Amino acid sequence: MKSDLLKIGGKTFKSRLIVGTGKYKSFKETKDAVLASKAEIVTVAVRRVNILDKKKPLLTDYLDPKKILYLPNTAGCFNSKDALRILRLAREMGGWKLVKLEVLGDKKTLYPNMLETINSTKTLVKEGFKVMVYCNDDPLQAKILEDYGASAIMPLASPIGSGLGIQNKYNIMLIKKQSKVPVIVDAGIGTASDATIAMELGCDGVLINSAIAKSKKPIIMAKAFKDAVISGRNSYLAGRMKKNFYALPSSPTEGVIN
Amino acid sequence: MAKIQLNGKKVSLKNRTSIKQLLLNYKLLNKRVAIELNGKIIPSTKYNIYLKDKDIMEIVHFIGGG
Repeated sequence: MKSDLLKIGGKTFKSRLIVGTGKYKSFKETKDAVLASKAEIVTVAVRRVNILDKKKPLLTDYLDPKKILYLPNTAGCFNSKDALRILRLAREMGGWKLVKLEVLGDKKTLYPNMLETINSTKTLVKEGFKVMVYCNDDPLQAKILEDYGASAIMPLASPIGSGLGIQNKYNIMLIKKQSKVPVIVDAGIGTASDATIAMELGCDGVLINSAIAKSKKPIIMAKAFKDAVISGRNSYLAGRMKKNFYALPSSPTEGVIN
Repeated sequence: MAKIQLNGKKVSLKNRTSIKQLLLNYKLLNKRVAIELNGKIIPSTKYNIYLKDKDIMEIVHFIGGG
């Protein structure tokens, strides 16, 4: 089979699964889950160093940023100014240009503030960032982001951390059909089969955090997601059968003994 | 003595403490951190600058996140 690679912002990846590194019980569990997922990209947040505890372990002690691509994320930012600040600091930390932008608009739903998101995208693209953008499952907004130079469109399946799965398959499909940059379903995926559905819709990848970290056995769930994404991708590439309203027998009707 | 605000906390420093020295004190030198001083990002090539009274400094790093 011809190699089927994911290309984002000039980089190439074999895995179509991106995993978050939040909400795990320990760094050890984070590491084991990431390894089991076979993801090549992990999202990370930027926060203050705890200056009161000099011995506190660091994420970088467990996941080597030279071996796995860190995707700095602006999770928790509610305006463009804060998001830009975070990503500029992240770039300073290791030269990261590929970043994930997330500008939230509401604490209860964590839905994106699309006006601030679009403005931030414009600025970041001008500054040379390759921006993967968390957005609503709205094809019009997605198109605007692409026009402003987003490197990937990341529509939500449902609210962040909700685990409700893909609420609007039709919109996700429309976004995928119109986009020339990768479409990666971000947020709201609840279980492995949700990821398969996203991939069967033709999406280029999925980003999972809570569904792995908050499962009862995160390492096994990470593997389940790895397999689910591969299955969904293969199913999409193979092209599903046509749906029929009535039964069509699987065995030949000719030569039946009667 | 210089009193600065570091990551939201008041910290007293000896006179002529550089950013580099401060990072060394916190065992953060050559770790993946970024520095913001009075709202401006300081590249690692400029870590030899001295901190002064009332400076507001942020040291950030990567943590787990979605």
